[in-house]
Amino acid sequence: MATVELINVSKSYGNVEVLRDINLSLQKGEFVVFVGPSGCGKSTLLRMIAGLEDISGGDLLIDGKPMNDEMPAKRGIAMVFQSYALYPHMTVFENMSFGLEQAKLDKDEIKARVEKAAEMLQIEGLLDRKPKQLSGGQRQRVAIGRAITRDPRVFLFDEPLSNLDAALRVDTRLEIAGLSQRLPDTTMIYVTHDQVEAMTLADRIVVLNGGVVEQVGTPMELYERPASQFVAGFIGSPRMNFLNGAVAQAHGAECYGIRPEHIALDHENGDWRGRVILTERLGSDTFVHVNVEGIGTVNVRIEGRAEVQAGEAVHLTPDPASIHLFDARGQPVSG
Amino acid sequence: MAKTEQRSRLSRSRTRSAWLFLAPMLVMLLIVAAWPLGRTIWFSFTDASLDLMSEARWVGFRNYLEYVDFGDGEGQYYGLLADPRWWRSVWNTILFAAVSVSFETVFGLIIALVLNQQFRGRAFVRAAVLIPWAIPTIVSAKMWAWMLHDQFGIINDMFMALGMISEPIAWTASPETAMVAVMMVDIWKTTPFMALLILAGLQMVPGDIYEAAKLDGVPAWRVFRRLTLPLIMPAVLVAVVFRALDALRVFDIVYVLTPNTDATRTMSVYARENLFDFDQFAYGSAASTLLFVVIALITITFIMATRMDLEGKRS
Repeated sequence: MATVELINVSKSYGNVEVLRDINLSLQKGEFVVFVGPSGCGKSTLLRMIAGLEDISGGDLLIDGKPMNDEMPAKRGIAMVFQSYALYPHMTVFENMSFGLEQAKLDKDEIKARVEKAAEMLQIEGLLDRKPKQLSGGQRQRVAIGRAITRDPRVFLFDEPLSNLDAALRVDTRLEIAGLSQRLPDTTMIYVTHDQVEAMTLADRIVVLNGGVVEQVGTPMELYERPASQFVAGFIGSPRMNFLNGAVAQAHGAECYGIRPEHIALDHENGDWRGRVILTERLGSDTFVHVNVEGIGTVNVRIEGRAEVQAGEAVHLTPDPASIHLFDARGQPVSG
Repeated sequence: MAKTEQRSRLSRSRTRSAWLFLAPMLVMLLIVAAWPLGRTIWFSFTDASLDLMSEARWVGFRNYLEYVDFGDGEGQYYGLLADPRWWRSVWNTILFAAVSVSFETVFGLIIALVLNQQFRGRAFVRAAVLIPWAIPTIVSAKMWAWMLHDQFGIINDMFMALGMISEPIAWTASPETAMVAVMMVDIWKTTPFMALLILAGLQMVPGDIYEAAKLDGVPAWRVFRRLTLPLIMPAVLVAVVFRALDALRVFDIVYVLTPNTDATRTMSVYARENLFDFDQFAYGSAASTLLFVVIALITITFIMATRMDLEGKRS
């Protein structure tokens, strides 16, 4: 049964429509990521589910019950904010228990719930501290802990990693993945602009662009069968090469897409001939930027070290099975 | 070795330039604050009078307290500390400060909470609220003196029309209402100042915690009690101290609105009377000195009692 259902949901501010025709059905226990560029409406959609923004049109159902006009606290949700939104004057314990006091739970129950959540997130030692005595990562855990104590049916994350440094972001991402495994009945909705977070965390990804859903699917579906040029460009790192002109027209398309990892580089033979402009060495991979005659700049990803230098002449061969073709409107064309 | 030497030279030159930049302000404070204060304290221990300032002689504590033995086993205490009029003005000042600052804080908080909301025309209302604060005190006191006038005042006229009073009240002249009138004008005038300082505190409260509270299902009153109030308390306390310092040395409103009544004479008015009207310059200086001591004591007590965070360590 679907936990969260969105039927023809839309949102406008005055005459400006920021979201339209959103239809989604999230299964119980599913981890769904809303991803898209900034301004695509992903955070607004999350806030509408949370009840922090009004729904202009359509219906929101949680566990089959209409929630459009329900108070946020009555929706069975919990939310982790980008800025953590901890109560600065309260200790970690009070931050986690404040919401439970409102729910009129008795003291022992509150204490038990807070301690359980603290244990799950390994913040038992921090319960007497104030938020400003904590590091960014610890604050994030407290924010997650506060959400856990509410024992929600739906867990909402609004770009929870964007205030953390790169190393901590990876650790916390793993922890969130672990958390979702330990709470198998809790549906998680996670908003990010980072496609790596989306690919690594999601059971299903919802790609939003310009207020509409571009594609919904598992990470691999999105990677292998992008439903539009936008999705093809947004999912995958480094970005897919998009080539216009003769090479596309030869396949009867406006745009020819090929991912950097689906191109073979050779010194002797290949379909395309070009000259290396630049190499970027990451250790595990090398990105080789090649200026291909009559086509343009193509980025090639090579595992390990590639023994090529700038200025060297090379040959490239795209994998024919991994070509993506798009028409002038960015819609896929069957090759 | 060379490195630490270099660093200490750098830090010495920093210290030097810090003092250089502070010097003008310190000199200014010495001239306009420390010197007059020192002179006043000095005069309070002399027999100076307005026309004989240069011939002032040291008389010790006589202006403050002196026991005069009449020789027949009788005697009497003289001096400021034995003057019931002085103690009446101390009481008047403290009563005035406590009542006005309390009302100003409550009204200021309410106005600040309203002004902190989003609504059409907020910028205009914010500016309009400040008008009483922008009017010079002498002007607003005179204005209120007319409005409170027993025969021609609009206040009496309105209260009569509404049937709240049966005959005109001499607001500023009658001892029962004079203090109320002074407080009313001060509250009217200074509430905007409080509102502005508290509004600044309110705007420091991060907006996201209100959303977190919404998800926690916290009702509005509890949000105010448990989140807003504790978070703006430091700003409110600082505002209260500022206002209390100001209210404890109140002079202009009282002087214009209700001159020469025991009911409203404050410490400042008492000091001025003696300094200039009664030609008791030394005695007035003693009153000024005690005024300084009383304000300092009250302020320090308040700061200690509320454990105020003056150095910003806890914020």
